[in-house]
Amino acid sequence: MSFLEQYNYWVVIFLMMSGFYIVIAHGNLVKKLMGLTIFQTSVFILYISISKVIGGTAPILDDKYNVYSNPLPHVLILTAIVVGVATTALGLALAVRIKEAYGTIEEDAIQEKDLQQEGSTE
Amino acid sequence: MIQHLPILQVIIPLLAAPICFILKEARLVRWFVLIANVMAFVVSIMLLQQVNLHGTLVYSLGGWEAPIGIEYRVDELNAYLMILVTSISTITIMAAGSSLTKEMAESKQTYFYIAYLLCLTGLLGILATGDAFNVFVFLEISSLASYTMIAMGNDRRSLWASYQYLIMGTIGATFILIGIGLMYMMTGTLNMNDLAERLPEVEQTKTVFTAFAFFLVGVCLKLALFPLHLWLPNAYAYAPSIATVFLAATSTKVAIYVLLRFIFSVFGFEFSFTHMPLTEILVSLGLVGVIAASVVAIYQTNIKRLFAYSSVSQIGYMILGIGIGTKTGLTATMLHLFNHALMKSAIFLALAGLVYRVGSVNIKAFAGLGKQMPWTMAAIVVGGLSLIGMPLTVGFISKWYLILALLESNWWPVAVLVLIGSLLAIAYIWRLVEVAYFKPALQNNQSYKEAPLAILIPAWIFVIANIYFGIDTSFTVGLSERTAELLFGVAK
Amino acid sequence: MAFLAITALSLAFAKDLFASVMFTGIYSLLSAAFFVLMDAVDVAFTEAAVGAGISTILMLTTITMTGRYENEKRYHPKIALIVVVITGIMLIFGTVDMPAFGADTAPAQVHVAPYYIMQSGEDIDIPNIVTSVLASYRGFDTFGEVVVVFTALIGVLGLLEFSRKGSELGNRPAPMFQHKVLRIVSKILIPAIMLFALYVQFHGEYSPGGGFQAGVIFASSIILYAMLFGVEQARKAVSMPVTKILAALGVLIYGSVGVVSMLNGGNFLNYSVLAENDITGQHVGIIIIELGVGITVATAMILIFLTFARRIGKNSEETA
Repeated sequence: MSFLEQYNYWVVIFLMMSGFYIVIAHGNLVKKLMGLTIFQTSVFILYISISKVIGGTAPILDDKYNVYSNPLPHVLILTAIVVGVATTALGLALAVRIKEAYGTIEEDAIQEKDLQQEGSTE
Repeated sequence: MIQHLPILQVIIPLLAAPICFILKEARLVRWFVLIANVMAFVVSIMLLQQVNLHGTLVYSLGGWEAPIGIEYRVDELNAYLMILVTSISTITIMAAGSSLTKEMAESKQTYFYIAYLLCLTGLLGILATGDAFNVFVFLEISSLASYTMIAMGNDRRSLWASYQYLIMGTIGATFILIGIGLMYMMTGTLNMNDLAERLPEVEQTKTVFTAFAFFLVGVCLKLALFPLHLWLPNAYAYAPSIATVFLAATSTKVAIYVLLRFIFSVFGFEFSFTHMPLTEILVSLGLVGVIAASVVAIYQTNIKRLFAYSSVSQIGYMILGIGIGTKTGLTATMLHLFNHALMKSAIFLALAGLVYRVGSVNIKAFAGLGKQMPWTMAAIVVGGLSLIGMPLTVGFISKWYLILALLESNWWPVAVLVLIGSLLAIAYIWRLVEVAYFKPALQNNQSYKEAPLAILIPAWIFVIANIYFGIDTSFTVGLSERTAELLFGVAK
Repeated sequence: MAFLAITALSLAFAKDLFASVMFTGIYSLLSAAFFVLMDAVDVAFTEAAVGAGISTILMLTTITMTGRYENEKRYHPKIALIVVVITGIMLIFGTVDMPAFGADTAPAQVHVAPYYIMQSGEDIDIPNIVTSVLASYRGFDTFGEVVVVFTALIGVLGLLEFSRKGSELGNRPAPMFQHKVLRIVSKILIPAIMLFALYVQFHGEYSPGGGFQAGVIFASSIILYAMLFGVEQARKAVSMPVTKILAALGVLIYGSVGVVSMLNGGNFLNYSVLAENDITGQHVGIIIIELGVGITVATAMILIFLTFARRIGKNSEETA
């Protein structure tokens, strides 16, 4: 098992982790959602990498070819992309409402306001 | 139609959702949702009957045999949980009408009902399916629906809670996706049964180890195992009351089901408990969860939040039961799954009634309520006693089995810690009782009437179930023992 | 791949949200290009339409309201970094035993996948294997996917739709109303995009594409219209109640194909029983469910966008 063979996967992992980092470390709600998108898209890349067969072609039947890449991960990722955009849309809708209700979309500012509210009611 | 039961279970609520969207009128939709729920409940009972008669039911979707297509696979374990989910969902929806009218605008209610149906669909889909990727898809349906329901709460904090849940939940789902991807990479299949057959060949590889780890972390995020529970307290505290009842009683339970299914049926007992330090991880996290969450619960002034933290600690008990890795331990988990759903439904529904009348769940508002709303408060107290584990309630039965399992494995210190957890539960329940029964009502408080019957009756159905199943244990214990055997049987 | 890494990193450090949205879009486009390299043309098509199209537009709409710059972060980047590094190491650890990249002997290529490649021609007789798997073999996943879109629509409407009637906006000029050239060009372009969407819809069996992609393309033509002629104008052009009914109808169409196949004696979504001949049945089933997918996706995306735009338009009017 040579290291070079897994080089592709390592890059994908690096991409996933940068997305993941943006989600955790950033305080801006929209930015977090972008991080999430990057994280998910990179997982898609991982799946699609699984499907690749060297020397293969796109899985559309044709008499000229007889080696095709694996169609199954493609199908799974089509589904996952849709799930991803659905989540993003809902997340953005929440961000808009949060901006209306709190006047900010920065995590720490929101938490501060919540603490104040709790302090005043109790 | 009998052979179609497994799919009917899922598509009845699923197809009801778009129809509700066309109907639009909240009043019509309410009845329609109730009917769909009752139908789903009837189907789940018939399913359990069929399973008892014929053993595991397999249903190939699209007529394609697994692993080519997707299959539904229903055995006693999922049939049992489907009954749990649909029955709770049906009883809860009876109370929804009056509670929702109080808590949100009429035009929003329709959306709430649709989200409720979709969430139910997602949960049932996860329970029924025998395909790993299908789990992910239905998990996302139920999650997106839950985020929606939570965000519809009155308090602006519900938005923030929902957003946090969305981020944590999506990270969890993505972890699960990575896990499934790696499993597929090593075995070439997505069907759970097929995975179980093919995983042993590659179980020594580091990739499978990683797949297992990622899957585990992802599911634990969803089921709010300590320390991944941060999203849960606020989500439960600020969601509309009905959403809290439904989510608290069902969604974490379904996540536990996924955990059980993958640990025992897919990866197998051998792999999970001998190659992996699963016992150590689950037992220690479970215990820390029980103690830490109970301690935090004592200091809460928002009562919904208090019981949300108590949920985190109760999840700790269930995980502990799995971690012991014996049949008795698993029986305890299965029992507690069922029982905890009953306790929390009773408590949160009674709280919904309280919100209806009082409008607040702050502990100060409880002063004198013991006299003013005796039935509502009594429901909360019985639920609370059950949480503590008093004899004659369901809580006692599951604690009893858990202690039994611990003693069987000679884990004295852990058993002692479990008892300490119960003592902590007494502390937070007592605080509530003290304020409600022994403090005079505040001077300027007008006196409150009993909660409306539409909420009170469903709440008391749960309370009676709490006591009934605490005395007559044959149904629940029998089923739990059989499902535990089933999970171990598959593992062999 | 290196480009992807650079984009991701610039995103992590950019403080300007507008630029960040652009980076996210670029990231999507680059990964779409990568998908083409990996032979996943269908996926590339979708990623480009969704990642670089719809979600970029939604994000841009959102930041016009929530503000363009993010604060200096005061969170704990060190803890985040530790978590991320641990997760990354776990994954790299997992790669050690992975089958080599692109190998045709990897487990993923030898178990179920060959069946699809060898048999789908016989079972379903459609050249595009991805469509066969998507619509028939794993048709239930796709049903679930449509339901996810529907759920998101319910969520967005539940959160952002105005509960009171009569909060109509005045006839505010559209964001790009002043661009006369754009408007004329788009008048020609929009019907063309719609036609292309229809082509993608019904040609999915032979070439990449299908209901989902068609739905997204169709939706983007309406969104373009809304950006050029104003949201209220677009709301007049597409009747909201009808669009809502259509969104629900798409899910129902898909579901009823399943129910009809059950009534015809097959399992849920078994298209073979829809016609006398198995293969014709499969074709009929696939065409109808793709239609259902297309309708729901298109209407859901349009509704989501219009609801967003309207809420934000209202807000910026109030603050102005």
